[in-house]
Amino acid sequence: MSTENKMLHTVNKSPFERNALDSCLRLAKKGSSILLIEDAVYAALANTAVAEKISSRMDDFSFFVLGPDVETRGLSETPLIEGVSVVDYGDFVDMAAAHSAVNSWL
Amino acid sequence: MKFGLLVNEGPFTHQASDSAYQFAKAAIEKGHSVPRVFFYFDGVNNSNALSEPQSDDRNLVKLWGALATDHDIDLVVCVAAALRRGIKDEILAAGFRISGLGQLIELGMAMDRTLTFGD
Amino acid sequence: MAEVEFDTEGVKKRFAYINRKAPYGSIYALEILEMIMISAAFEQHAIIAFVDDGVYQLKKGQNAKVLGMKNFSPTYGILQMEKEDADEDEDIDMEWRIVVEEESMTARGLTADDLVIDVEVLPSVELADLLDAQEVVLSA
Repeated sequence: MSTENKMLHTVNKSPFERNALDSCLRLAKKGSSILLIEDAVYAALANTAVAEKISSRMDDFSFFVLGPDVETRGLSETPLIEGVSVVDYGDFVDMAAAHSAVNSWL
Repeated sequence: MKFGLLVNEGPFTHQASDSAYQFAKAAIEKGHSVPRVFFYFDGVNNSNALSEPQSDDRNLVKLWGALATDHDIDLVVCVAAALRRGIKDEILAAGFRISGLGQLIELGMAMDRTLTFGD
Repeated sequence: MAEVEFDTEGVKKRFAYINRKAPYGSIYALEILEMIMISAAFEQHAIIAFVDDGVYQLKKGQNAKVLGMKNFSPTYGILQMEKEDADEDEDIDMEWRIVVEEESMTARGLTADDLVIDVEVLPSVELADLLDAQEVVLSA
């Protein structure tokens, strides 16, 4: 899938703490990629009260989660929402290069 | 590709500076360049040479300085934000320089991709 | 240390400044405004967007004196002037749009009349399309 004309969105705060993920989901154009980093990785976990924020939008966006942030927080064995891909910093760089621009939702 | 980074938060209090550093390092490892990193808001505190983290923890001020020296990165600290927070030339760490907000706009104009790391 | 110069001759990019935080509770509103004001000299295109609590930055009637803080809301008027000057002057190729998200306004019981400057009120879907077309996104 060509991502040249698509924006890469990043979210870095927990969906339990901030509305950044909600705002991103509302204001990202369909077809964009969304990468969860830092505390936002909690949004990628399968069995939480907020999992449906992401699971209900799998048709609209491609979701990614930054592996090092998952591992740091002790979540490596915790099931993630199906369809969310784990990437590393090298992939993050590749994604930033392959997309048209990066929009960080803080 | 040329990547430009905006760092909005100081070292340790938020993960922003770590994430930006890790991104910069990965970009360089992939053969890209990071010509400038601009430090604004509390991000200016990344340039404080007086920072003394615990000995078993990372020293972000030094890490940024070393990365900059090794890979030709222009670390720019915004003068207005720095003054507010007491960051001045006399305590500026190696690798950093203080300059104006225009350097951030130029970063956006000249880089292929601009990323913000903040809170 | 010496100044590092980039070659930005002839470069015209589409910038977006995304304001999502309330004023006074943190410095992001003020310092992002300072960033936008400086950017005018570089004649780049810009979408200056106010979303979520960012819409409160434009609320009329701010009085920061009572807390000894700086009321910077009049500076948004200067932003509006920069935009209007650019719109009117054929020699300046700089398109600025000052936009607020309709959903953010409605959720907070605000209308355009509550704001200190003229803005475009855009529904989320339209703002999403607009932001998607930008090349440099600076957030705070």
